[in-house]
Amino acid sequence: MKKTIITVVGKDTVGIIARVCTYLAENKINILDISQTIVDDYFNMMMIADMSKSVKPISEVTDDLDRLGEEIGVIIKCQREEIFNSMHRL
Amino acid sequence: MINISEVIETNKMIEKENLDVRTITLGISLLDCIDSDLGRLNEKIYNKITTAAKDLVATGSAIEKEFGIPIVNKRISVTPIAIVGGAACRTPDDFVAIAKTLDKARKDVGVNFLGGYSALVSKGMTRADELLLRSIPRALAETELVCSSVNLGSTKTGINMDAVRIMGDIIKETAELTKENDSIGCSKLVVFCNAPDDNPFMAGAFHGVTEADLIINVGVSGPGVVKTALENVRGENFEVLCETIKKTAFKVTRVGQLVAQEASKRLGIPFGIVDLSLAPTPAIGDSVADILCEIGLEHAGAPGTTAALALLNDQVKKGGVMASSYVGGLSGAFIPVSEDQGMIDAVNAGALTLEKLEAMTCVCSVGLDMIAIPGDTKATTISGIIADELAIGMVNQKTTAVRVIPVVGKTVGDSAEFGGLLGHAPIMPVNGFSCDAFVNRGGRIPAPIHSFKN
Repeated sequence: MKKTIITVVGKDTVGIIARVCTYLAENKINILDISQTIVDDYFNMMMIADMSKSVKPISEVTDDLDRLGEEIGVIIKCQREEIFNSMHRL
Repeated sequence: MINISEVIETNKMIEKENLDVRTITLGISLLDCIDSDLGRLNEKIYNKITTAAKDLVATGSAIEKEFGIPIVNKRISVTPIAIVGGAACRTPDDFVAIAKTLDKARKDVGVNFLGGYSALVSKGMTRADELLLRSIPRALAETELVCSSVNLGSTKTGINMDAVRIMGDIIKETAELTKENDSIGCSKLVVFCNAPDDNPFMAGAFHGVTEADLIINVGVSGPGVVKTALENVRGENFEVLCETIKKTAFKVTRVGQLVAQEASKRLGIPFGIVDLSLAPTPAIGDSVADILCEIGLEHAGAPGTTAALALLNDQVKKGGVMASSYVGGLSGAFIPVSEDQGMIDAVNAGALTLEKLEAMTCVCSVGLDMIAIPGDTKATTISGIIADELAIGMVNQKTTAVRVIPVVGKTVGDSAEFGGLLGHAPIMPVNGFSCDAFVNRGGRIPAPIHSFKN
């Protein structure tokens, strides 16, 4: 499994999750977990996704999600899970 | 599984608190390039660097993108050129030719600094060492981003005062040759006591002769992250303070370790060390001085500064060594002046003097760093400053260094502008009393005794 963490931060509007999920489905990226919270009035969503069957490499997905974020007016980041594991797990 | 608050914490460190991997430095041994013919030597050096480092920048950028962590610099360190060029170089000009080859190779692979235009003369100088020293001013003036370092002393050998005296002149000459740009040549020149073989940070990086053919060393950073973590424990006691720094240093170092391993795997080059340094930049919030203020000082330089810095440095190491199996390089808090807005503010406020900085270097990495001094400072005075700083390293069995910039045509009250990561600096006053007779004695200061510690 190639786990990545996708985060969406911005002002809450209708359809953010739908747009992101549609993109992921189109590219065969499987969502394992979704959670969300509000920090300082900003909508924060985190998805844990499995990219092992993804049709595109992570660098391309990162660029695509960047652009999608710009369209919706939020910031979307896609990062490999290891950076969080290394920082927060012994 | 990772939870959302952990993800938010990491991304906040990166986006708001300037967490980054400061440098991936590829160490390249040039020992197998040695040749008695200068032309062939230059050709071999160029080929080795451009082959070994051809994927360095692209790999760094790919890792940066996939993990979402900025890797600010991709750099190269090479075997000290005095050793590599010894058989081929007959004049300082011959060494300058090698410097130009290094700069060309660096440019062609796209890295932003190359270190190792160096000589190791802690006990004595070979003819080649002296030729290289004499060539430094021109080498730095005529190349763009080649860095030079000279190891002038060590705990085991004492201090080579002949070389210290020469370096006073060399620093002045380097300043003169680059006077059009606030003597910026001196920002690429550092002298050491106990120089480490695996330092990834410039200007002092070189690839020691004890190292493998190729090696990846990584320098992490994160003063802003430590500062922010400490904001949450204001007024708490030292135990809480230290625990907070340690935990933060652990997290920062783990990111460096991850990047180092990933780069090593992708490039097929062994991983050397992670350098656990708190390296500031001129960016607001990326300051070691600000951490000292957060610990409880009005300005860096106030009474208590040395103790606060000692505590900070020690906790960074304690957290860091748990996070990485191979720690090396300089590993400690850097206290450059021009590269740290908080330090600049402290100097401007009159809180921080050269003498206090010298005291601070006793307890942290690495020395008198990026300090602009009046352009009319005498060469012997610079040698005296160097000797003082090296003595601290020699006696305390630590690395110390001096990177001072006598800015030609400027004096106290003026400011020097170096640009980019090198920042800007107010010219600091230097004690004007003479040390000529001391510096001109010639010879060596013997190695210190290793017993009867007081």
